[in-house]
Amino acid sequence: MPIETAPGLEAGIMLSSILFCLGLAGLMMRRNVIFMLMCVEICTNAAALMFVVAGAHWGNVDGQVMFVFVVTLAAAEVAIALALVLQFYHRKHTVDIDQLNELRG
Amino acid sequence: MNFVFYLTSAIAVVATAMVIFHKNAVHALLYLVTSLLAVAVIFYQFGAPLAAALEVIIYAGAIMVLIVFVIMMLNQGDSTVVQEQTWLQPRTWLGPALLSALLLAQLILLVSSGKISSNQTFHYIGPKQIGIALFSHYVLAVELASMLLLAGLVGAFHLARRKKIDSEGSSNAY
Repeated sequence: MPIETAPGLEAGIMLSSILFCLGLAGLMMRRNVIFMLMCVEICTNAAALMFVVAGAHWGNVDGQVMFVFVVTLAAAEVAIALALVLQFYHRKHTVDIDQLNELRG
Repeated sequence: MNFVFYLTSAIAVVATAMVIFHKNAVHALLYLVTSLLAVAVIFYQFGAPLAAALEVIIYAGAIMVLIVFVIMMLNQGDSTVVQEQTWLQPRTWLGPALLSALLLAQLILLVSSGKISSNQTFHYIGPKQIGIALFSHYVLAVELASMLLLAGLVGAFHLARRKKIDSEGSSNAY
C-alpha cells in the first residue's frame, strides 16, 4: 500500500549521498585504524540506505532483500577487520595505519 | 511527517560529522550508534520496518558492541586523545574534506537536475514479503551469505589468535 506522506526520493538519495561523502572524508582524514573502520561502516550504511529508499519508492522487495545482504556483509567484514586490528596492535603496539609500511609502497 | 524526516536526517548527518571529527574513540562510537538509530527511524518512515529492526539489532546492537569490545581490549587510555589531536591537524583533513565536498556537490547536482520521478508515494513492504522473496527467489544468495559468514568466522578466529612474535616482528610459531 502506498504511503502518501513520505518525503521524496530525492531527499532520501541526498541524505544517502551526504552520509557516504562524510564517511569517505573520514576514511581519508583519519590515521587511527578503528576510526577508519567506523568510517567504512558509515559508507556501507549509506549505500544500504540508498537500497531501501529506492526499493520503497518503486514498491520492490529487492531493495530490502539487498539490505539484508549488505548487513550480512558488514558483519562479516567488521569481524575480519577487527581481528586484523587486534593482530596489528599486538605486533606494532600502535593503531597508526602509517606504521603498516613493510611492503615499502 | 516530513518534519520528522528532516529532523532525523539532521540528527544523522550531525552525528556522523561528530564521528569523523571526534578525538575519543568511545564517544565517536556512541555518536555512530546515534546516527544508525536515526537511519533506522528513516527506514521506518519509508515503510521498511524490517530494515529498521535489522538496523537497530544488527548494526547498532551487534556490530557496534563488537567495536566497543575491541576498543576496550586495546585499552589505550587517555593518551589516545592527545595522539588524535596531533594526527587531526587542519592541514591533514582539509584536502580530503574538500575532495569529498566536491564529490557531494556533484552528486547533489546530478540528483537535483535530473527528473527522477514524478510521483512521491512510497510503498509499505512488510517482513512477510521479504521473507517470501528471500527463501524463494534469493535462496541461492542466502546460501552464499551463510558461506560468507562461515568464512568470516573461520577467518576472524585464525587472525585473532596470538602467535609468538620474535624480535624481527615476524611470527615463527603456528
